Amino acid sequence: MPSYVIVDKCDGCKALDKTACQHICPNDLMVLNKETMKAYNQDPQMCWECYSCVKICPTQAIEVRGYQDFIPLGASVTAMRSSEDILWTLQFRSKDIKPKRFKFPIRRGVDEGKAQPFDHYPTGDDDLKSATLMCEPAGLNTDRGPVKMDKIPTL
Amino acid sequence: MPDFETVTVDTDLLICGGGMAACGAAVEASYWAKKNGLKVTLVDKAAMDRSGAVAMGLSAINQYVDLNSGNNTLKDYIDYVRNDLMGITREDLVASIARHVDSTVHLFEKWGLPIWKDQDGNYVHEGRWQLMINGESYKIIVAEAAKNALAEADGEYFERVFITHPLIDGDKCVGAVGFSVRENKLYVFKAKATLVAMGGAVHVFKPRSTGEGFGRSWYPPFNSGASAFFTIYGGAEMTCQEVRFIPVRFKDAYGPVGAWFLLFKSIATNAQGGNYMQENAAELDKWEPYGKVKPRPANIRNWLMMLDVMDGKSPIYMQTADAIKRIADEAPDEKAAKKKLKELEAEAWEDFLDMTISQAILWAATNVEPEKKPSEIMACDPYFIGSHSGASGAWVSGPEDLQTAETKDEYFWGYPHMTTVTGMFAAGDASGASSHKFSSGSHAEGRIAAKAAISYIVDNNQAPNVDQAKIDALKAEILKPLATYEEHSGKTTDPDINPEYIRPRQFMFRLQKIMDEYAGGVSSQFKTSEKLLEKGMELLAYLKEDSDKLAASNLHELMRCWENVHRMYQADAHMRSILFREETRWPGYYFRADKPSLDNENWLAFCNCKYDKETGEWTMMKKPVKYITS
Repeated sequence: MPSYVIVDKCDGCKALDKTACQHICPNDLMVLNKETMKAYNQDPQMCWECYSCVKICPTQAIEVRGYQDFIPLGASVTAMRSSEDILWTLQFRSKDIKPKRFKFPIRRGVDEGKAQPFDHYPTGDDDLKSATLMCEPAGLNTDRGPVKMDKIPTL
Repeated sequence: MPDFETVTVDTDLLICGGGMAACGAAVEASYWAKKNGLKVTLVDKAAMDRSGAVAMGLSAINQYVDLNSGNNTLKDYIDYVRNDLMGITREDLVASIARHVDSTVHLFEKWGLPIWKDQDGNYVHEGRWQLMINGESYKIIVAEAAKNALAEADGEYFERVFITHPLIDGDKCVGAVGFSVRENKLYVFKAKATLVAMGGAVHVFKPRSTGEGFGRSWYPPFNSGASAFFTIYGGAEMTCQEVRFIPVRFKDAYGPVGAWFLLFKSIATNAQGGNYMQENAAELDKWEPYGKVKPRPANIRNWLMMLDVMDGKSPIYMQTADAIKRIADEAPDEKAAKKKLKELEAEAWEDFLDMTISQAILWAATNVEPEKKPSEIMACDPYFIGSHSGASGAWVSGPEDLQTAETKDEYFWGYPHMTTVTGMFAAGDASGASSHKFSSGSHAEGRIAAKAAISYIVDNNQAPNVDQAKIDALKAEILKPLATYEEHSGKTTDPDINPEYIRPRQFMFRLQKIMDEYAGGVSSQFKTSEKLLEKGMELLAYLKEDSDKLAASNLHELMRCWENVHRMYQADAHMRSILFREETRWPGYYFRADKPSLDNENWLAFCNCKYDKETGEWTMMKKPVKYITS
């Protein structure tokens, strides 16, 4: 049942203005049961196992159990995402295989929420009618490459 | 049935969708809208942070042309795409995207996306056109820039509003309608221009899994044909509706193979250890001149593998252990080899964890340590994804400066990436015949189309003319499944079994069964024929009639109803186009058993089609393929 919610950990996001998993699920699967104030996956057969709900849950109440129609039982992959990196723990079905742990960065050089969309490079002709997009042609180049484009390339 | 409030939103540019192309559009449109005093509005059926095909993340950026390095030219990229698509490509569109994609990737880095770098500060390439990234938050970062751009330009965005239909005034698109999947509200967006970027289509065909794993399609199940429907129903000319994509991936969980093939230089073999790319090489002659180009076209690689599968030489394996050993053996000493192995292990697992976490679960559950044993690969199910190695989408204008004297009459009509419907633009999976744009190129195409759309609005700054009677009729039509359910569900003891209606789940199963068995799905090894297609279309016509009896018990189910109507139109266009093209051109995607070979003399051409919503008639058209490269 792809993503599942641990009863003891889910607090229904009472302290937040919206239920995190319900807000984020790209397939509109996570729902808050308003009577129990616990969330659940309303249609596990349509779950992509994208872990968006797992990663956003403020109480780490959501995990994923692999699709039972082709994944043997006993393994787990858990994620803990911070604002800078993500920590993965993999447990194998065989306990003879040492669990694995990986930590990967998820963003670099820009704080969460601070991605400034414009003005990283000058916009050449700044003409609405030209083919030159915002931040071009300067943004086509890096300081490493030898070819410097001073206009949009054509064939 | 509860009352649905009608919310009307007036805007200049409406962006339908929230994925990579839509986010690119939002950034670029906001930049130009701010200068010209225009308003941009974006509508997403989910939450922008995790919507669209990149919701889970990605481990690579698959289009980076790297013009700056001097290693590649625009023509190199065009050659690669044209050959991969067996000659059927709009070179002007491919060039249009390829010449902007590098600046999009550089912006991603400025927005905080970690792109792998080597010791000298150069990007780490997975292959010639691919960059490795730490892409868990790829979509969050791209969405953040889009939202910040909209905020700076006083634009707005709506989440959890599902667009169902275009608004058409004569030959012009004047906006869209949809409904909230959270509250009883119908939304009417009136716009001077509309940009369609609502992704491709999945679950048109029956997937291999039918239990819980039904949702584990390679492309996401929430890509439900909204772009195809919007453009088809709006009367736009469509192209390459026959060019589906079937990726080869690790079996069942559909984890990516790109890092294994490209970065680790792994090979795949049949169960006997035979390399099907070599052993079946004689087959390549049949698909000349494309069969022998390098890299081999994706569909041809599929085909050579499928020949082995049909010969009973399965399982097919990715020889991961051999690849890892080969790389480790290149290390100067044991210590270096050990270090290298550890790096490779992390890279291999991150490849899955960034974009197909299920594959990591499957490997862990089957005790796979890739350095010790190989893993099975398999062709997935057919998907509609114009951004990858498929090509389906709307027929759009190319930019003027990339036309030749020969192409201009055919491929240019005023504004880059505008469909044949005035004021309706398309990008990403919504636009066709411009394959291999992937996530980055879709973002770049969104930017190109958005700038063109703003330019169109400045030239044609007239208030959209929206007929209230049409809105009222559409509102009734959109909400009808709720009314049907309310009227009839109480008459039987089980609301699932009721002769008066069909619920969206069974409707989808019926569509998938038709497509699977008649249009060359997995159970027929992607094989079909004129007779099969004709029978399939007969059954699809019944389904289309029954779509009038779809029933929904709540807003979530109402969305499912319309998603499946959208899929059905994609299916219709697909079957008609396969039937129209009397040859087999992409044998690894589908095989016309009655027309089993390539016919370059008659069919080096686009199959285009157009739907008339007033009559329900389709027009099929052959359009010339004209190259801009010599």
